[in-house]
Amino acid sequence: MNDLAEIISQNEDKLRSEWIRTMSSAVERADLMSKSELDEQCGSILKELVGGVKTSGPENIAGAGWNGARELLSSISASRARQGFSPSDIATFVLSLKQPLFVLIREKMAKSPDAMFDMLLSATQMLDSLALVTTEASISAREELIMRQQQELLELSTPVVKLWDGILALPIIGTLDSARTQVVMESLLQAVVATNSRYAIIDITGVPTVDTLVAQHLLKTITAARLMGAECIISGVRPQIAQTIVHLGINLEDVITKAKLSDAFALALQRSGRTVVKIGSASAANPLSGLFSKREE
Amino acid sequence: MERIPVLRMGSLLLITIQVDMHDKLALQLQDDVTERISDWGSTGVLIDISSLEIVDSFIGRMLANIAGMSRVLGAETVVVGMQPAVAITLVELGMSLAGVRTALSVEAGMELLYGNAISGSENERTEA
Repeated sequence: MNDLAEIISQNEDKLRSEWIRTMSSAVERADLMSKSELDEQCGSILKELVGGVKTSGPENIAGAGWNGARELLSSISASRARQGFSPSDIATFVLSLKQPLFVLIREKMAKSPDAMFDMLLSATQMLDSLALVTTEASISAREELIMRQQQELLELSTPVVKLWDGILALPIIGTLDSARTQVVMESLLQAVVATNSRYAIIDITGVPTVDTLVAQHLLKTITAARLMGAECIISGVRPQIAQTIVHLGINLEDVITKAKLSDAFALALQRSGRTVVKIGSASAANPLSGLFSKREE
Repeated sequence: MERIPVLRMGSLLLITIQVDMHDKLALQLQDDVTERISDWGSTGVLIDISSLEIVDSFIGRMLANIAGMSRVLGAETVVVGMQPAVAITLVELGMSLAGVRTALSVEAGMELLYGNAISGSENERTEA
């Protein structure tokens, strides 16, 4: 089968220019590729092809002789996937070699049709397998991207906001799983230390369902906050969720729960010795007292 | 021998744990605290663990034990300044230190204890 390697290496320049021409017409986003870079990539792939065919044969793509070609194709496909090429564009990169290569094989092997057929068969097998390598590489590059975005989403979705001096709020959006609970717990506890807050309001308006597992995660967070000296109030319990909690028999009796964030905030203000007074009535009695006045007992 | 100092501040005892707790030290501390409470008639025990970074179930139980013993002797215990990592570890170990009161800082803990001493109620106000 070394004939194939010979044909490729002897006609490398011609094959490369034909390949680039076919590819440019087949790929939709040809504008994303630079000519010189493409030229270099095609040249090195052709060299790896020759090496692979010589050492492991064209059918055995998994063989050791193809390591170089596979790695090269994977890295090219991964970088293209990040650039925004579609998977079919990336596969076309390899598949568009078929036409120039087959034309070349026909020219060289015109005298013996049987040998030509064998060679075409092995060449098409080889290129198909390599195209699969590129598709897999581009998909795994996308998966990596999705994983990274998931991670970023996880960090973005747990903001801790300071409502008042010593009162924090933690609006939770989305389902609480173990990994998120860990992030939520850590960010809440860090914020409690950083702002020296006595009260933390966990708002679960954005949590679609509360099952026993979610409740257990919430209780863990509340216990950890209590150990540090901060008190937690759960707010945003929707009517359906209140029903679910009771039906499931979840024990939330040691936890203060409120229907709305405003109720929880009012309770936290009251517990820290503050009260909200309407500006008219407060200023009439005492012009210096503002929106929030400290309650004297 | 290494020992954790137990300081007297009026009617309170102040314990600052600044070294890695090992089991012997913890047992010694239990002895010291109970003895001091009965000697000095303290009404409150403040344990500052803000420099404690590693905690295990034994230390957790020791904290709960000290609180229980103090309560028997008529003194209330407040654990202050627990680090987030320590709190998470204790929760993962399943120890919620149910009978122990907690506060963010020594200051807040003292207010808690003094507030209790004055009014004798469960008044948890931090703002005077």
